[in-house]
Amino acid sequence: MKKLTVVLLVLLILIPSLFAGGQKDGAKDQKTVHVFGAFVDEEAHRFEEAIKPFEQRTGIKVVYEGSKDFETLISVRVEGGNAPDIAGLPQPGLMATFASQGKLVPMWASLEHLVDTNYAPVWKDLGSYNGQAFGVFHRVNAKSFVWYPKKAWEREGYQVPKTWNEMLSLMDRMVANGHTPWAVGIEAGGATGWVGTDWIEDIMLRTAGPDVYDKWVSNELPFNAPEVQHAFDILAEIWLNPKYVYGGKNTILTSSFGDSQRPMFDTPPKAWMHRQGNFITGFFPDRIQDNLEEEVGVFALPAIDPSFGIPVLGGGDQFVVFNDRPEVREFMEFLATWDSGKIWAAEGGALFPYLDQDLNAYPNAIERSLAEALVDAQVFRFDASDLMPAQVGAGSFWTGIVDWVNGKPVKQMLDEVQRSWP
Amino acid sequence: MGDISLGSDGWTKVGKSAITVVAPIVAAALFWVGFLFLRGGAAHQSVIAIVAIIWGVGGVAFLFFSLDWIVHRLPLKVAKKVQPFIFVGPALIILTWFLLLPTLRSLYLSFFDAYSQNFVGLDNYIFAFTNPKMIESFSNNLLWLVFGTAGSVGFGLIIALLADRSKLEKGFKSIIFMPMAISFVGAGVIWRFVYAYKPAGEEQIGLLNAFVSLFNVEPQAWFTLQPWNNFFLIIILVWLQTGYAMVIISAALKGVPQTIIEAGRIDGASEFRIIRSIIIPYIKGTIITVSTTIVILTLKIFDIVFTMTGGEYGTEVIASMQYKQMFRFLHYGRGSAIAIVLVIAVIPVMWYNLHQFNKTEGF
Amino acid sequence: MNKQRFPLAINIILLALVIVWSIPIIGLLISSFRPQDDILTTPWWTIFTQKSAMNLDNYKRVIGGSSSTFIDAMGKSIRSSGDNLARAFLNSFTVTIPSVVIPILIAAAAAFGFAWLEFPFRRLLFTIVVALLVVPLQIALIPVLRDYQSLKLTGSYVGIWLAHTGFGLPLGIYLLYNYISTIPRDVFESAFLDGARPMVIFYRLVLPLSVPAIASLAIFQFLWVWNDLLVALVFLGGTQDVAVLTQRLATMVGSRGQDWHLLTAGAFVSMAVPLAVFFALQRYFVEGLMAGSVKG
Repeated sequence: MKKLTVVLLVLLILIPSLFAGGQKDGAKDQKTVHVFGAFVDEEAHRFEEAIKPFEQRTGIKVVYEGSKDFETLISVRVEGGNAPDIAGLPQPGLMATFASQGKLVPMWASLEHLVDTNYAPVWKDLGSYNGQAFGVFHRVNAKSFVWYPKKAWEREGYQVPKTWNEMLSLMDRMVANGHTPWAVGIEAGGATGWVGTDWIEDIMLRTAGPDVYDKWVSNELPFNAPEVQHAFDILAEIWLNPKYVYGGKNTILTSSFGDSQRPMFDTPPKAWMHRQGNFITGFFPDRIQDNLEEEVGVFALPAIDPSFGIPVLGGGDQFVVFNDRPEVREFMEFLATWDSGKIWAAEGGALFPYLDQDLNAYPNAIERSLAEALVDAQVFRFDASDLMPAQVGAGSFWTGIVDWVNGKPVKQMLDEVQRSWP
Repeated sequence: MGDISLGSDGWTKVGKSAITVVAPIVAAALFWVGFLFLRGGAAHQSVIAIVAIIWGVGGVAFLFFSLDWIVHRLPLKVAKKVQPFIFVGPALIILTWFLLLPTLRSLYLSFFDAYSQNFVGLDNYIFAFTNPKMIESFSNNLLWLVFGTAGSVGFGLIIALLADRSKLEKGFKSIIFMPMAISFVGAGVIWRFVYAYKPAGEEQIGLLNAFVSLFNVEPQAWFTLQPWNNFFLIIILVWLQTGYAMVIISAALKGVPQTIIEAGRIDGASEFRIIRSIIIPYIKGTIITVSTTIVILTLKIFDIVFTMTGGEYGTEVIASMQYKQMFRFLHYGRGSAIAIVLVIAVIPVMWYNLHQFNKTEGF
Repeated sequence: MNKQRFPLAINIILLALVIVWSIPIIGLLISSFRPQDDILTTPWWTIFTQKSAMNLDNYKRVIGGSSSTFIDAMGKSIRSSGDNLARAFLNSFTVTIPSVVIPILIAAAAAFGFAWLEFPFRRLLFTIVVALLVVPLQIALIPVLRDYQSLKLTGSYVGIWLAHTGFGLPLGIYLLYNYISTIPRDVFESAFLDGARPMVIFYRLVLPLSVPAIASLAIFQFLWVWNDLLVALVFLGGTQDVAVLTQRLATMVGSRGQDWHLLTAGAFVSMAVPLAVFFALQRYFVEGLMAGSVKG
């Protein structure tokens, strides 16, 4: 019986192995570039559409893989020896880490030339480590905006505030009318708290200015310095006052960052303002998204100290190279030009930093104005929490915000964050 | 079950020897070809799928038979010594490659700094045992261990006992099992809505808040209430894992010989008495096994905490800290040290099981 | 035989428990038929009291794959669709079935060895196996990936089957050991009197007798591999052609999770298969063959 079993096994393996074809063939002839990034689904489709002209022109196949687990996977793949050709890193800190380990291919002359020509200098700096440039920015986002339900505002006669004090007066006027000014939500699963960091960064830029901001990022200015506490005190005036925020602190803590804007679009609105980056349009209720220009208004978060004006806070993924090959270089050079962004810009939901971009490519007036604000910004700064070391920027700063909203005294929280700086 | 001796299959002796030598060699060659084929992945998806299944099953069976065949050819004394390793060998080799060596590597890395460049001695362990968040994690994991295990095993046992006596057994067991099938991705959405918060005066969309509002209690942001939030999270685990405990205990219950149960009934014992004094002692080994696996699961608990609260509001657990250190802060030293701390934490469990192991005998 | 006593009381208690248990599931099921706006503004139980819009949109999105419409470079309106889920299902099956069968066979053999065979270091090795249950598999990802790179196993199905085998063995061995070690000695005695080899005892006696335990383990291993995301992403990859179902469902919520309501439908779509497996294996949970084999 055992012999029969062996014979059967032999047959079982014999039949399928008739198909044995060995390695993949055909795929070897076509050059392929593998790109790995954190955006998925619709955004991934749009990216693929945006780069199709490149594929058609050069015959190089670009395979994009997006994953919501980018954070985990990128370091596993790099350390495990399976790095993608190109990766879109969401934090400059991550780029610095890989660069310091020698895993990235530095910018070559022709790419550097393109970057110098097509971008404001700040973007090259953000993509550099120790003076050497590595990263190319493609889609970026701008954050310092306040969204509001346009029609309801018109009915109530609310005007867009030009200064912080005007905004505070507007808030009091809203309260007197029985309205709650702000909709705020910071819940984000394992990343809960980041919304608060954006607010603080905006306030820091407006009260302490960009130079102090830079010192804060590098810890030259300690996290528990008076300037930082001042920023938190200003935020406390709004967030920690239950009259000013829909649902009070419990809602701030438990409302997910994407859905927290919804009360604005109730009838009547349960909240009247929401501060968030440009991506939030994708979260608005469908009927609002279909009619964006008419339903939604947006204004820049006003200045606090007039000498610091209205700086723009933003962020973005930078593409870096792990594996050097001619086709990879070609693609990177494509990414450094407006050509690689214009299709995505037309599809909506993406802003680009290219100096030579055509603002008319954007699908509606809102995105056009945001793009303009970004490109024309006198002062632009990258999201501080993405620049700080991860232990703080993705760690104690986030948890600090949560604890502070939940009642921890601001001084104690700031001391703890400072202590956590590596 | 009686006759296991091998019968002759009628081949000539020469033919037998030829096949004995040639067939395994041919099979080995084709096994290798199949491996290359699957690794290359050139053919159509469905073909690969089918080949995969055949190759997988056939391959493993082939492996065992050929090992056995080889050992059988060795001198008797040697064969007897080597035989057990046919059985445990493949498992040990795979475990060593996939789990044991990485653990040892983690042990090594735990004595180095963030990027594994400089030796830092016990610094990472000092962090692991003194960092306030880690201390919070230890006490939280203890809560998970006690209540998560007691809840899952307790409910699993009760349901298994009840279902065993009901005609609708299959239906009930399937529903209790369903949470496991939903997996945490779906479960996360569900439980988010059980605990959802809307301000007072608004319509509550969260089940719990809707429930308490019937008693005129104000809606709560449940996840932020310390220390109760840990229990709200543990309930999710119990909901998920009871099905697991139930399935295993139920299988064990079916193996309890009717004879000794009947003996108890004839003696006039009440049903509860029978359960307590006859059935439970009989399946004690299974209860210990299930409890052990759930205890270890609670030590490793990650998804529930990470996606619901991110470890905030005093709900932090060890595995979440390990993830953050390793993948977010890219501190391989601390991440490895925390992983080793987990392994150390399981030693008491191991010791207890070892104790039980000693009670069984081999040949 | 066990089924006659107190049927009503037992069934009532069970019914109560089952209702409590399934309330969250029912909530999810109902939500999966509602538009996102409704899910966020009104609780799911209101569908019983108010008129509510219910539709299959979420399911259509999930099964048909997401699609979006936009204007291309020439001003043409284009509709781009992701793959539907058929590919992902096939990938999940290809990954899961061998990842269940292989570890079970290897674990059963090892469990038998630990339970009934004598060999040096038996106790120590078993202790190590139990200890390995607690090791977080994340620490294995990088070293194993490095090995796979050298062996060119990355992105292959063989690689992921081996990985799932490796990660699933501790539980498998532990559970099967518990069961196999309780097989009464008498059952083996006659076999040994006949001079049968351990291998024969294993596949002729132990495997058939262990069917209930193997069936249980099969379900858990199936569930774990079917619902796994991380191991597949690391060793197989996440590109459209090889992505497993969990990966596709995870990305469907959008980069920032704006379409999380699709998870409601996605959870049920994904759950269909493990539940089917559970039902199929249910009949093996019957009274073990052992029940009749005890002498006297």
